[in-house]
Formats: sequence, structure tokens, C-alpha cells
Amino acid sequence: MGNLNFQIYNFQIMLDKNQIAKRIAQELKDGFYVNLGIGIPTLVANYIPEGVSVVLQSENGLLGMGPFPFEGEEDADMINAGKQTITKLPGSSIFDSAMSFGMIRAGKVDLTVLGAMEVADNGDIANWKIPGKMVKGMGGAMDLVASAKNIIVAMQHVNKAGESKLLKQCSLPITGRRCVKKIVSELGVFDITDRGFELRELAPGVTVDEVVAKTAGRLVVEGDIPVMQF
Amino acid sequence: MKKVVASANAAVHDIHDGAILMLGGFGLCGIPENCIAALVQKGVKNLTCISNNAGVDDFGIGLMLKQRQVKKMISSYVGENAEFERQLLSGELEVELIPQGTLATRCMAAGYGMPVVYTPAGVGTEVAEGKETRTFFFNGEEKEYLMEYAFEADFAIVKAWKGDTMGNLIFKDTARNFNPLMAMAGKITIAEVEELVPAGSLDPNFIHTPGIYVHRIFKGSNYEKRIEQRTARKRME
Repeated sequence: MGNLNFQIYNFQIMLDKNQIAKRIAQELKDGFYVNLGIGIPTLVANYIPEGVSVVLQSENGLLGMGPFPFEGEEDADMINAGKQTITKLPGSSIFDSAMSFGMIRAGKVDLTVLGAMEVADNGDIANWKIPGKMVKGMGGAMDLVASAKNIIVAMQHVNKAGESKLLKQCSLPITGRRCVKKIVSELGVFDITDRGFELRELAPGVTVDEVVAKTAGRLVVEGDIPVMQF
Repeated sequence: MKKVVASANAAVHDIHDGAILMLGGFGLCGIPENCIAALVQKGVKNLTCISNNAGVDDFGIGLMLKQRQVKKMISSYVGENAEFERQLLSGELEVELIPQGTLATRCMAAGYGMPVVYTPAGVGTEVAEGKETRTFFFNGEEKEYLMEYAFEADFAIVKAWKGDTMGNLIFKDTARNFNPLMAMAGKITIAEVEELVPAGSLDPNFIHTPGIYVHRIFKGSNYEKRIEQRTARKRME
């Protein structure tokens, strides 16, 4: 007989990335034009509520992004901003990159969902560079955060070392200033106002004390905080 | 009017060491594969390349990087390329990272004959360092904008789906991306196309780039059209 390996399971209930996406999807309203960033934001498309019809914008030049193609039907000329093969939908339109960012800059896109490495309590966001380590670039993130009317950030509340990523001030080079309006993390939902991170909802099984302990920036907790509903 | 050239080699014959190039494409989608191969073969050096991405290790602009033909890259996103990262960290390659919309608009401005544009992208970030800013009341709010210069490129190299002998171009799907913008912005613009047709064959109502912007055109061949992230779903039986 070989050795028995005992695995230690973390029984704490926190949201996984699909649940974060599902909660963000509740913010979608019928008729919205929406830009979804790479990572968790992309998953939001899987949870669009019934009766809500939205048009997804892909900043490489497409409105009306459809699902992945069927196997064997992938087309190298048809990709999204994450360079994944995708499809068009009835009513889709194609345009160049200047027009794509033109509609973003002009405020035509109703909602932008993106990931972040850090967010500050004044709405600053950092998600493009780790000096000396990651030099991939900002892509369209700086354009999006500078112009979007409504930005929701999907992010992990703490890093692997357990340190808060919701800060007083970003330690990484910022992508944009005072632009994030809402955060959905594995611990809860937060609005960013002049007072800082205002706790609106708690993830199932998460306590206010835990949120307080894991939030480095100004945190506002007022009254009874409801538990997130799915 | 003689815009049609025989080959990629003929199209890039006068691209010289130290030239400033624009190269169309987003990732590997809509890149001028034939011209890149010709530039690699020609071996020109010290190039400044304005392109949204830098290819991958063994395709696209990555092929030029491998041969150390590029002195400077101006791009918005340069992941997916280990050789690029190595040259950057060792200081062999100069890189200017700029927001994607700014890159597109600086190409557009050149083609529209405007020296500068104002954009809010990058205000308050590293991108704004050393740049002039102005505050405008526009679109219902007061906001700070960065002044960004139009690009001036010696050559713009683009890939289109269809083109005619007058240089008119039509792009396909998301392979359009930066191509029509860069086509407008080159002092010399070179277009490689999948289908080259006689003037009169394309409906003027559906031309994306009018031929006035295009100086050389040729029919490309052997397109690989690599896919970076092949994502698909299973067909339900």
C-alpha cells in the first residue's frame, strides 16, 4: 500500500470566479452596450439574465460578439480582444480600431467590466504593469477606464500573500484615476464614493469583520449588510 | 496609374535601414504576412515599428525581432513573445507602450491631416509624463485631456481582403482593426491583398480605404493566418 495523502481542504465559503461573474451580470440592463475585459469579466457573458438583451463590444472592432465557433469553424479573421476565435451574431457590425475607441471615448458604451491588480479607495485602478516584472502593456485598458461612464471591477480581494488589493493608494503604476464605481470581489460588493469603499453586499458566509480585516483602504459599513443573492 | 507591383519583394524594395514603419494587424489577425517575410529576407535594420502588437516568437513581427531588425517598437500590448521580453529587459530593444485607442487615433489623425489629437486615455498615469494637457468642457463634463501627436511613418504596410488595381481596399471581419487607419497614414502605403481585381469590380459603396491612400498593391500568397487562441464549442448532436 502506498502512503495515504491527506489533503487539507479550505471549507471557507467564498465566491469563485463564476459566482463573481454571475453577480456582475445582475448589473446588466436591457439594451446595454457592454465591453467585457479578459478573465473573469469574459465569464459575465455566460450569466446574462433572462429577458435582458445586451450587445457585447470587442475593442478590436466588433459590436455583437457571439459565442465561440463550433469546432472546425474557427476563422482566423474573426477574433475578440483576447485573440480568441469567436463568431458574429445577426445584427453585428465591424469597424476599425479608431472607431472602436471612438465609441468608447464618446461614452456610447454603457458598461465596462474589467479586472484589476489594485484599486484605491478614490477609484484609481492599476492593472497594466508590474515594474521590472510584467511589461505586457495596457492594450485598451487606459482608453476604457478614462472614458467609460460605468466601470465595474471584478477582482480578488487579497493577493496570494493575503494582502489587501483594495488600498488607500495604488502601489503599482495606475491605469486611470478616479474611475472605478463598483467592485465585486470574492468577499462582497462595494460602491466607491467620496467616502471610500462602501460595503453593499456580503458574499455568503463572509462576515463584516473579515471584510474589515482584508480591506486596507477606507471602508464604510453602515447598517445591516445584505447577503448577495444569485 | 501604376500601383500594382509584382511581389512583396518589389513592394518593399526601397525600405531602408532606420525607416519608420507602420504594420497593420491585431495580434496575428490581419497582419501583412508577405511583406514581413520580404523584410526578414531583405534584412533591413534599425527599424522603428508602429504596430499594436509585436507578433509571437516565430511569426509576425516576432520574425523581425528574432533577427534583431527592430530598434524600437511602439505598441499597446506586447505579451505572448518571450524573445521580445528578453530584448526589452536586456535593453537591446526600445519600447514605447501607448494606449490602444491612442495608437489608433494617432494613425487616423495622420491620415486626416491633423497634427494632434486630445484624448483622456492615460491622464494621471506614466503615459502622460512630459505631455501637454488641457482641460475641456465637453460631452457634459469638465475633463483633462492629453495632447498626442499624429504619427509620421515612412511606410505603412497593411493587409486587406480585396483590393483593385486603383488601390481601393476592402477588409474582412476583425482583420480590419488598424489596417485602414495605417493605410491612411503612410508617406508610402503598401497593401497586400488576398484577392486583387480589376478596377470596376468592387462596388464603390463598399470601399473601406479609397485608393488615394494606397501607393503599391500586390496579391499576397500562401497566407498562414495563424490563430493565437483557438476557442471552439462542441456541436450538440
